[in-house]
Amino acid sequence: MPPVDSFLAPSGSPRRRIHTLAFENPGATLEAVHRLRAEGFEVHDVFSPFPLHGMDEALGLAGTRLGFATLVGGLFGAAIAFGFQVWTHAIDWPLIIGGKSPLALPAQVPVSFELTILCAAFATVGGLFVRRRLFPRLTGERPLAQPDPRVTDDRFVVLVVERNASFSPARFRELGRALGSVEIVEGWRTL
Amino acid sequence: MSAVAAPDVETLVLGEPGYGTMTSEIAAPMETRPGAGWLAIFLVSLAALLLGVALITYTIATGIGVWGLNRTIGWGYDITNFVFWVGIGHAGTLISAILLLFRQRWRTSIARAAEGMTIFAVVCAALFPLIHMGRPWLAFWVFPYPNTRGPISVNFRSPLLWDVFAVATYFTVSLIFWYVGMIPDFGTMRDRSKGLKQRVYGFLSLGWDGGARTWQRYEKACLLLAGLATPLVVSVHTIVSFDFATSIIPGWHTTIFPPYFVAGAVFSGFAMVITLLLITRFALHLERYITAVHLEKMAKVLLTTGMIVGFAYSTELFIAWYSDNPFERFTFLNRAFGPYAWAYWVMVFCNVVTPQIFWSKRARRSVPILFAAAILVNVGMWFERFNIIVISLHRDYLPSSWSHYTPTLVEVGILVGSFGLFFTCFLLFVRLAPVIAFHEVKHTVAEQMEAAHAAR
Repeated sequence: MPPVDSFLAPSGSPRRRIHTLAFENPGATLEAVHRLRAEGFEVHDVFSPFPLHGMDEALGLAGTRLGFATLVGGLFGAAIAFGFQVWTHAIDWPLIIGGKSPLALPAQVPVSFELTILCAAFATVGGLFVRRRLFPRLTGERPLAQPDPRVTDDRFVVLVVERNASFSPARFRELGRALGSVEIVEGWRTL
Repeated sequence: MSAVAAPDVETLVLGEPGYGTMTSEIAAPMETRPGAGWLAIFLVSLAALLLGVALITYTIATGIGVWGLNRTIGWGYDITNFVFWVGIGHAGTLISAILLLFRQRWRTSIARAAEGMTIFAVVCAALFPLIHMGRPWLAFWVFPYPNTRGPISVNFRSPLLWDVFAVATYFTVSLIFWYVGMIPDFGTMRDRSKGLKQRVYGFLSLGWDGGARTWQRYEKACLLLAGLATPLVVSVHTIVSFDFATSIIPGWHTTIFPPYFVAGAVFSGFAMVITLLLITRFALHLERYITAVHLEKMAKVLLTTGMIVGFAYSTELFIAWYSDNPFERFTFLNRAFGPYAWAYWVMVFCNVVTPQIFWSKRARRSVPILFAAAILVNVGMWFERFNIIVISLHRDYLPSSWSHYTPTLVEVGILVGSFGLFFTCFLLFVRLAPVIAFHEVKHTVAEQMEAAHAAR
């Protein structure tokens, strides 16, 4: 399938030689990542139909800071909602309603709470979309980063990048077969 | 009901299918022509929806005088339906968010359908305050926006306004949660379809690649959203109960309302989830994924929340007596023995007596019993809202204002129409989007197989 979508790739980045190992179950995939990294191969990414627990540690990924986006969104929502209620009721147009003082704080809790949640949810999803560059593509094709359409079905693919001349394709294929890979592919890709 | 595995090893997906098999089985409703069963239910729903559209048009064109409301009873079917539908909408987020936080694996087969149900139920709910306004084209007045009427703002101390914010937030966050949950599944659909379908699913999948970094942030985002949705779900029905509890009508002015409404919402929501899933399971042949284990767990939730609701009913009665307040005492005596006593006892029978059958394991695993009980609970929960709203209003402080409320056929037709809207949306949803989350159920099977191998 021709690569059509290159949104995940920063523009101007060079094309790299890549090698992939395909597996049929999560256990073998996880083991392969551990072995490949132990042997000095650079595992760029692992594609799977569902999240693999233990993969973050196996790949040495840092934890995400998405929670900060949630916090900032929530604080923003609370501040906007609370500030707006105080402004309308106590500053801009003070009206006594139901005998309550213009600054009736308990009455302002529900709306402030709802907007806290709303803005926090928007910030969380916005953070996810921005960081993973998830946005609607009109072409409807697969993203370039995805090595095989079956990774959303029943395949687990480990993608290894060839960094320099010390990379031994022969050793890679040998290791791949030993690890039980069902398909070993090499190609070029902009990363 | 087919036999299931021994209770100590919980089998949530029958027969250990391969991942590829699961993809094709779950995608089948989206890739095959609808069967006669689906078509029949769809046509009935569509007819009900059209009836509702016609009667709402009639109501708006003529005015809400076509309903049975009067000066004493200003809230009748419309607000009863609103509270009923908002309540139904609670189970979706409960199942997807709270059960996710508690790592309940059995949620994976049913969460997507329940989330969809939430969206459609909240749409049905929002319809009723809108048409109750009488002049729905002025509905935007509920939002604070710069205007030429003062410029005077909305009253942020009114529970009815809190309701606008609560329901709108709930709808938006549920929609986000539902959609975010479907992104990887739209990716799966994109990768297995061609032509226009591939373009549409590709558009919806936002360029999903299934990489480890994407999954890492995705899982975190889902967990955070679940954490946000959990207090939200509790807040929404709490605020709906404030519509009543902050007023001074006997029967409404009680502090028990927030927890009582939330428990009732979970109860009615689960009843509706059971109803829908039994239909879906039958119409789309998903017996492998929605097993007796799932049914049994849902029946247990029904039993538990049913007893919470029953406890709330008895607490209300006790406090009415213990309060020594003549108005409060009269309201509850009138509820149980007044002109609407039949509605009260229908509620007690459906909500308190019916779920007791689920003490029996055989009943929990029997499809006909579950289906019948879930329908009865839905009926009972509708009557609960009717009792709270209409019975409390029809005889309040001033006996000269006492009145009676009988719905007109228009109101009954609009209620039927809201069911039509709900089922039409749901039936389209099960044909257009994966009704079971591919990635979640595959994950469940992976863990199930791991556990089985470890046990060997």
